[in-house]
Amino acid sequence: MGLFLLRRIGQALVVLLIVSAVIFALLHFLPGGPARAILGPRATPQAIAEFNHVNGYDLSLPQQYVRWLGKAVQGDLGFSYKRNSPVSTLLKATVPRTLLLVGLGTLIAVLVAIPVGVIQATRRNRAIDHALTTVTFTLYSMPSFWLGLILIEIFAIKLGWLPPDAPTGGPLEMLQNPAGLVLPIATLALVTIASFSRYVRASTVEQLEQDYVRTARAKGLQSGAIVRRHVLRNALSPVVTLLGLSLPWILGGSLVVEAVFNFPGTGFLFWNAAQAQDYPVLLGVVLVVSVGTVIGSLLADLGYAFLDPRVRDQIGAQ
Amino acid sequence: MSTRSRDAIRAFADNRLALIGLAVLVLVTLFCFVGPLIWQTDQVHTSLMEAFLPPGPGHPLGTDDLGRDVLGRLMVGGRISLIVGLLAAIIATTIGALYGAIAGYAGGAVDSLLMRIVDAVISIPTLFLILFVAALAAPTVTTLILAIALTSWLVPARLVRGEALTLRNLDFVRMVRVLGGGPGRAVTRHVLPNTISTLAVNATFQVADAILIIATLSFLGLGPRPPAANWGGMLSGGLDTLYSGYWWLIYPAGLLIVITVVAINLVGDGLRDALSPRSAR
Repeated sequence: MGLFLLRRIGQALVVLLIVSAVIFALLHFLPGGPARAILGPRATPQAIAEFNHVNGYDLSLPQQYVRWLGKAVQGDLGFSYKRNSPVSTLLKATVPRTLLLVGLGTLIAVLVAIPVGVIQATRRNRAIDHALTTVTFTLYSMPSFWLGLILIEIFAIKLGWLPPDAPTGGPLEMLQNPAGLVLPIATLALVTIASFSRYVRASTVEQLEQDYVRTARAKGLQSGAIVRRHVLRNALSPVVTLLGLSLPWILGGSLVVEAVFNFPGTGFLFWNAAQAQDYPVLLGVVLVVSVGTVIGSLLADLGYAFLDPRVRDQIGAQ
Repeated sequence: MSTRSRDAIRAFADNRLALIGLAVLVLVTLFCFVGPLIWQTDQVHTSLMEAFLPPGPGHPLGTDDLGRDVLGRLMVGGRISLIVGLLAAIIATTIGALYGAIAGYAGGAVDSLLMRIVDAVISIPTLFLILFVAALAAPTVTTLILAIALTSWLVPARLVRGEALTLRNLDFVRMVRVLGGGPGRAVTRHVLPNTISTLAVNATFQVADAILIIATLSFLGLGPRPPAANWGGMLSGGLDTLYSGYWWLIYPAGLLIVITVVAINLVGDGLRDALSPRSAR
């Protein structure tokens, strides 16, 4: 287990190093370079040369990369001149809120998608399967911002039950005002349920066709008991991997939801930065969400190894 | 025609949902590309006198905020959505297939390096990467196609690489080497043609994803700039009037996106079931 752990963490570190190189390369694709981006189109050549010298942009690219990486590792992600604040401060304020949205949204999605997918698989090609497939397929094929706005139209405008805007403040203050969290979390959860339940259905169908299910049936076990005792465990361990693989996609979904509900999270920060061409913020956010994704998929892999005895034993034997 | 492809066509033709999807796609394509020839509307001049007209004679789906006919605009707007989706999928699949085939066929250290790069770029959430690229370059149709393609070549690269790893050790590919053929020939003549079915299925889903991404970008204000119309832009423009009750600016565009994406996904599912060897459903 220790060796596997080390190897997998080493792999994640290599990936992180490449991510940072890709993002650094993006920085240098900026039209006119970072000086032009920060000082604006009317900056004089002298001002740009001065800026480049002060910030070390006149060094060779490898030197600049090492310097940038060294700062990033220490938490210095640059300074947003548009917002007059260090990027790390902006991230510290927004990341916990996004974690709250993504965490609760994903948790609810998993809790709903599993029973939905299992019901579909055990009643395959019957009316309930077709009905649920239609719903999930439609949700999956719908622009998520439209789904969010339909929920606002029904529950905030017509019925007036819930506020159309997300609460403000830190995650703890947000939790004290849960009404405002319902619609954003519901939107993110619905989109994610649509995607996850298809996997759960396919994975359960595959397990139901295995020989051990036939054996259990031949022994006279009830279908319900077979599903609960044998099928579920085997069908659900891939969901852990799916969670890890879906993280970039869920974060994208969270960006859209944050934009729809004015939810003051990292996606919202990123969206505003994209409109204002605030490059230090754009780069900082991309770096942080990518690091988050790499760590998330690492945890998912370790979780899968822990859940699946075959993988666990194989690792133990190495 | 080989037995295998004949079986695949038969399996696809037996799949009712996939056929419905295909029929819907044909209708949507006709609607966008032939429709404007039959239903001719003025999408260039604006007339505030005729703004926000509800559906009625002369304008079956009403008019928008600038007095343009919505039905005619849906037809023209669909062209950009469909073309961007299709071109982005083709470019992404081509880049990904070549990259994956080279990695898989080369194997060893080259493979490891190339695939770690894929691992890295795939960990940058797609929407963030696309928004970043869209913020860098002024969003035109061309830059959007490239931005979407540049973020979606990774999955086909992984798929083809996996198949190429298996194929390179099969006898008919080994024979190329024995007979003195270079790696270029082995990859283009033998590895890639054998991954076509995997690629076709993936490319179909990519068209659907790309249509949703353009819609999302339009909503986020970084889509194709007006006056060029696209369904996503029309939908998000209509949603600005959510409080005014102009439903004809929201539902027709939104439903067209959903119907098209559902249809493409049904065709993709049908293709996957028809082409995969163990298509027991």
